[in-house]
Amino acid sequence: MRLFWNITLGGVAEGMIFASVALGLVLIFRATNVINFAQGAMAMLTTFIAFSVFGKGVGYWPAFVVALACGLFLGGLVQLVLIRPVQNKPPLNAVIVTFGLLILLEGLAGAVWGNSNRGFPAAFSQSGLVIGHTAIAFSHFDIFIVVAVLVLVVLVAALFRFTTLGLRMRAAAFAPEAARLLGVKVSWLLTLGWSFAAVAGALAGLLVAPTSVFSPTFMDLILVYAFTAAVIGGLDSPVGAVIGGLVTGLALAYVGGYLGGALEPIGALVMLIVVLMIRPEGLFARPTARRV
Amino acid sequence: MLEVSELSVSFGAVSALKGVSLQARTGSITAVLGANGAGKTTLLRAISGLVKAHAGSVRYDKHELVGMSVERIVRAGVSHVPEGGSVIAEMTVAENLQLGAVWRYGRRERQRRIGEIYEIFPALATRAKQHASTLSGGERQMLAIGRALVSRPSLLLLDEPSLGLAPLVTAGLMAVLADLSKGGEITTVLVEQNARSALSIASWAVVLNLGTVVVSDSADAVAGDADLRHHFLGF
Repeated sequence: MRLFWNITLGGVAEGMIFASVALGLVLIFRATNVINFAQGAMAMLTTFIAFSVFGKGVGYWPAFVVALACGLFLGGLVQLVLIRPVQNKPPLNAVIVTFGLLILLEGLAGAVWGNSNRGFPAAFSQSGLVIGHTAIAFSHFDIFIVVAVLVLVVLVAALFRFTTLGLRMRAAAFAPEAARLLGVKVSWLLTLGWSFAAVAGALAGLLVAPTSVFSPTFMDLILVYAFTAAVIGGLDSPVGAVIGGLVTGLALAYVGGYLGGALEPIGALVMLIVVLMIRPEGLFARPTARRV
Repeated sequence: MLEVSELSVSFGAVSALKGVSLQARTGSITAVLGANGAGKTTLLRAISGLVKAHAGSVRYDKHELVGMSVERIVRAGVSHVPEGGSVIAEMTVAENLQLGAVWRYGRRERQRRIGEIYEIFPALATRAKQHASTLSGGERQMLAIGRALVSRPSLLLLDEPSLGLAPLVTAGLMAVLADLSKGGEITTVLVEQNARSALSIASWAVVLNLGTVVVSDSADAVAGDADLRHHFLGF
């Protein structure tokens, strides 16, 4: 039984990380109808920048803030420079552009920081908590992961539900032409959507890096899992992204815990196939039809 | 005063508008009539900046609209209700109305304006919290027009507001449009295939055919010209 709870707790922490990357994918997909395959690579870059800042001896939190700020900037820059020119072209063009960016960023990071595996600092202790006299596989850092992603999710939900900025962003995503006729500056909001998505990614990078080997490709597998999570959630539902992230995290934890860690990627692909066969629109997609 | 002169728009090799000139007097309703493909919708889309004109000009209130962005044209006081209304189905009625006023008013003034829209279209008030996807065709059109009015535009461009509506609903809508125009503060350009009901409330009428202006005259004169009605208006 203890094994089960330990695996479950680990799955929750992992799932929250997938949720934050999936949230980034969803924010971009519903705003611009593009799957951003460079989402992980962009997070990798901001995490490496944080790594360099941290190396200057400024402490963890300034590096943390720098990574999020770089995400904000990088997301907007990518949308303006790379995505906007292909926005009204066939959707495949944008997909290829994001793939190209993935390769470019990983190559660039390799050239600047090297391809060796490094260690990335964690904000809090990573040794398991002790409850009573039993050590469990859930650390202070895992608590931080869960709290940080929950804060992100609440902020995104509040943005969309309670602010006029969120209202305009939703309008820009749902009905760009109608939104423009109501004075909404759609193109600017799409840029902002990419920025917010990249911040979600940057947060994920900071949360993943201490728990895995830290190299220019460290987000690749996370992106595959997050993509699974986003598809389960329906690709354009922020709530779905979070629940999809948790489902994916738990499922992979059980596969890894009971069947062996090497099977995790296969487990993700099986889930992806099953969801696409049974409910291709995902669990939380909007009811209205839409081109994919 | 809206003054369109020698406006031309083409899509690839097809010219949709060939040197169209017309005027819409301040505070009046100008009907733009004609068959399918006459260029009515393109004319409105060119005025509001959704399509680029390759020649000609659109003067409105000291602004030259050709070359301005859609968002800036909205800020010059132009509200365009496209065909079908394009209410945002995923949002509630109240959110759709909010959206119409966000660029112009702060929270309190926005609520006041939305309250005024509910007075014009009481049916919307009872459905404020419902998703726009649950509205009937007539209610959607009311929402689209209400949403366009929240920001107090001085020029209202309406594209086929009666499309798909029952005759009684159309009559109600036309009565509201006539009422709105009575204050003399809002200039309306009303594109309609339903020429009869448009002419009943318009003071001027422009008939388009294949991208050119056939007639531009008072609504009464157009309605009284049997030949014109027979050839271009179908009634």
